[in-house]
Amino acid sequence: MLALDAVSIRLGGRQILDQVTFALAPGEFTGLIGSNGAGKTTLLRIVMGLRNPDAGTVRVGGKPLARRGRQIGYVPQKIQIEPDAPLRARDLVALGLDGEKLGPRLPSRARRERVEKMLAAVDATRFADERVGTLSGGEQQRVLIAHALISRPKLLLMDEPLANLDIRSGQEIVEQVSRVAKEQGVAVLLSAHDINPLLPVMDKVVYLAEGRAACGSTDQVVRSDVLTNLYRHPVSVLRVDGRILVVAGSTVVTDNGPGSAPVTAGAVGA
Amino acid sequence: MGTIMHAIFQPGFFASTPVHAALLTGAVVAVVSGAVGVFTVLRSQSFAGHSLADLGTLGGSGAYLLGLGPLWGFVAAGVTVGGAMDLFGSERRKSRDVSTGIVLGAVLGISALLLYFDTTQSSTTGATVTILFGSLFAVSGYTVPATIAFAVLGLALLTILYRPLLLSSVNSDLAAARGIRVRLLGLVFMMVMGVTVALGSLIVGTILSPALLIGPAATALRLTRRPVAAMALAGGMGLAATWLGILLAYDSYRWPPSGDGWPVSFFVIALIFVGYLASGLRTRRTTHAAQTAERMPHELIEVA
Repeated sequence: MLALDAVSIRLGGRQILDQVTFALAPGEFTGLIGSNGAGKTTLLRIVMGLRNPDAGTVRVGGKPLARRGRQIGYVPQKIQIEPDAPLRARDLVALGLDGEKLGPRLPSRARRERVEKMLAAVDATRFADERVGTLSGGEQQRVLIAHALISRPKLLLMDEPLANLDIRSGQEIVEQVSRVAKEQGVAVLLSAHDINPLLPVMDKVVYLAEGRAACGSTDQVVRSDVLTNLYRHPVSVLRVDGRILVVAGSTVVTDNGPGSAPVTAGAVGA
Repeated sequence: MGTIMHAIFQPGFFASTPVHAALLTGAVVAVVSGAVGVFTVLRSQSFAGHSLADLGTLGGSGAYLLGLGPLWGFVAAGVTVGGAMDLFGSERRKSRDVSTGIVLGAVLGISALLLYFDTTQSSTTGATVTILFGSLFAVSGYTVPATIAFAVLGLALLTILYRPLLLSSVNSDLAAARGIRVRLLGLVFMMVMGVTVALGSLIVGTILSPALLIGPAATALRLTRRPVAAMALAGGMGLAATWLGILLAYDSYRWPPSGDGWPVSFFVIALIFVGYLASGLRTRRTTHAAQTAERMPHELIEVA
């Protein structure tokens, strides 16, 4: 579905991405995990075609990324919109269908029904007629997800959707996206700095650190030896009550189970 | 009844050629200002609108000095400066306020000089008042069709670009992800806004032009949640204020102090302001009603 091959980019004299290679299968839910400044947003912008990498290739659906088109849906982290802006939730969702087209739009019953169905799919019907600017962060996320999915893309990119949400709304959003994406057969690439809220729904993880990426299942990637190699610094992965903690260690350690590693510094990524 | 109508519509109002020209140009300019104003507010570019009008002063006063009509000066300044502001503006967001302030100050300084020359060198007095406060009854000749052409062009561009412009106003990345050329779109919108402010300057002058742009739009935003309805409502309210303003200005020739009539711009802007205040009363009442409705169930539960 999406394949990155040796993608590298330098920005402001810093190597942001260094030979990043991974592939996503159709319908897969993938978490893009990394701390602030790890290059998550840059990577998403490259996949969207908003930024060209210095080297490497990006293929979407087997084709090189020319003028992206309707294959990719995108949900930004946050939108800045005034509470009095005359734009209802349903207007923003309708723009997901034909927002790039020129000229006036004629009323269409088919379009109205499609918007209605999409709003219902993300549980947004009850605030469909409210102004987008007056909605809460979680409600705005739902509207943006509907906006991104209504054109039936093959790939959905989400930039830190959990960053501005409380824990409960975040969990609800993640489950909602996972469900709708499964129904539509959409591959999801969702960036986050904390892996834990994604554990119940994630098929695969792409872990970014020091410009490099490790990709695979959670058990393959989120291990002390793999992350130590990635960070180029001793790192311990601890599992507590089914949750994952990634902490810096003083020595190179192996993954011998919870509590076995000497922990000297604060959390790195988790 | 006849006498009341007679008192409102003074004899000669409908027969006067300047009134015809004023009603026509006032109408098209008010409609385009309202529609563009909604996007100006939506894109948080009110300050840019004010700056464009200030810079229009330079164009208008310069055009006067060259013996051209102020419309050409306004439009030339609006389009050039609108484009330039967009090109330089997004490069360095941090220093934008300071640099805009400095440039505006310098431009107004030059405008003051040109306006001084206008009044001292030309035999026709009133250049300063015409540029700063507009003089709708003096709009005549080629200016009428030119104004209509510019207004129609602005409205046509807005209609064509409506959806991409709306989406990029919400979030530029969202628009860019769909292949919309956000930078180019922003540039075109700034130029459309430049023309609109220029046309507004003709009606109410450069000082009050932003009020014609922002006022009806801000009022419309309080009354509707739909983008197209907001544009139509803003255009309609601008039109109503302009026509009523023209009527009152015509009537005011019989008013004190001098019998020379009051300026149209005063009436237009006063009506827009009153409309804005009135819409505030309406929204306050509806929010209050909504709050009361929300409280109801709790009170019922307490009673039960």
